Amino acid sequence: MNPVIRLDNLTLGYERHPAIHHLSGQIERGSLTAVVGPNGAGKSTLLKGIKGLLPPLEGEIYLEGIGHGDLSLLPQQTELEANFPISVWDAVLIGHWRRVGAWGGVSRTHRQQAQLALESVGLGGFAHRVVSTLSGGQRQRMLFARILVEDAPVILLDEPFAAIDDRTVADLLVLISNWHQQGRTVVAVLHDLEQVRRHFPTTLLLARRALAWGATAQVLTADHWEQARSMSEAWDNDAPLCQSENP
Amino acid sequence: MTSYEYWVDPFVQFSFMRRALVACLALSLGCGPVGVLLMLRRMSLMGDALSHAILPGVAIAFLLAGFSLPAMTLGGFVAGLLVAVLAGTLSRLTLLQEDASFAAFQLVSLAAGVLIVSTKGGNVDLLHMLFGSVLAVDDQALLLAASIASLSLVALALLYRPLIIDSFDPGYLGSQRGAKALWQTLFLALVAMDLVAGFHTLGAMMAVGIMMLPAIAARFWARDVWSLMAVAVLIALLAGFIGLVLSFHYNLPSGPAIILTAGFFYLLSLSFGPLGVVRARFGTVGHHRKG
Repeated sequence: MNPVIRLDNLTLGYERHPAIHHLSGQIERGSLTAVVGPNGAGKSTLLKGIKGLLPPLEGEIYLEGIGHGDLSLLPQQTELEANFPISVWDAVLIGHWRRVGAWGGVSRTHRQQAQLALESVGLGGFAHRVVSTLSGGQRQRMLFARILVEDAPVILLDEPFAAIDDRTVADLLVLISNWHQQGRTVVAVLHDLEQVRRHFPTTLLLARRALAWGATAQVLTADHWEQARSMSEAWDNDAPLCQSENP
Repeated sequence: MTSYEYWVDPFVQFSFMRRALVACLALSLGCGPVGVLLMLRRMSLMGDALSHAILPGVAIAFLLAGFSLPAMTLGGFVAGLLVAVLAGTLSRLTLLQEDASFAAFQLVSLAAGVLIVSTKGGNVDLLHMLFGSVLAVDDQALLLAASIASLSLVALALLYRPLIIDSFDPGYLGSQRGAKALWQTLFLALVAMDLVAGFHTLGAMMAVGIMMLPAIAARFWARDVWSLMAVAVLIALLAGFIGLVLSFHYNLPSGPAIILTAGFFYLLSLSFGPLGVVRARFGTVGHHRKG
């Protein structure tokens, strides 16, 4: 057991209403984990919490031997300003932020890495296109190129395949399995259970708390899934304050 | 009247026109690029709010120190900064969005500013503060405008990369509490500074016009950030020049003449710019062959 991220009694949420309740567990170094669950289960919230974008209401997230800068996060497409006038090239070079910061120069090596990344996602000739002219699939390829440039040991993907064409999904799955083979840790929020069974060895079934977490075949059972769907209750303004309900 | 006499002579003959033109140049350089970033960050109206927010600061300085340029500048800057930081903090602490906080502050500030000026000054002072007097710019005010424009350009260069990244992907630079809040606050300080520079020439009500109108007009001409900024500066400069000439010949108030000229450029760009309505709807653009 060699965890890279440990969650200890983690509660994350907004306005004291938790989206995730007392979640404990760990993500192994080099593992390839799918996070699945019904809408409102707290999947994106979990990734934001791990990345440090959302402070825990309770509990802790421990990063073992890495910093927040070592986490690459693929945001949901809706969180981008898609009409911002920026070229694909510049958007991918953003991936060097951790190394060059606000004032550092972008070296020839940095540019070569960006060009290589664009070619690996199949956008070799797209460098000078404006981002707003890309299709959804192309934009997702571009964001994967940015993750390639970031070259981080831990990669968090928030709904990487939502509304993306099949061909792009297939190409991006190849990239993900490459990352896995290189020993990087990948955590992806996904919806397609068949896809999870085929490509992701580990699964976390989330419905505000972890219903099951482990080998995908044991997690994705009909029983668990039924349980998950009934767990995902609506936002309740009058919900009682949580009385630490740990077993 | 030849076109030389019409366009150039006023500046050759009168030093106040030359000063005004230089002040417009400084304002264009300072405000144009900042306006582009405000627009791209969907904060176009916040510039407006911030420009009103500086008024009570200026008014209090006026109350304490009389018509002193450095005091009023400092007062305006501090008030603008205070409102920017407060609005940002409130939006993080409460469920109010930042724009709502800005709207609240703007209304209170404007009322407070007018009230304070009225207790000591007359209507002329009030008019000066609200609408400026670009034709009365003296050496001191000119030096101030030029210094602020220079400082603003340098600051913008230093903030450029994080601001662009944050505008494109708001989650990228980290949480609202950390570095991201710092960049955002520094940027708003920059906006406040440029508005104070515009305040003396164009007044609290009009200063934001030279910041936003050229930037918005530029959106119909250019496709990336730096060229948007260049076009915005150019339009601001042209608006200043043409506005001054018109106000000279037809005895119009110069501030509104400049802003209206900028407004005319906006309409022109909206209609006939390469990305404007006419080209988009009726243009025969054609397309490249595949490959």
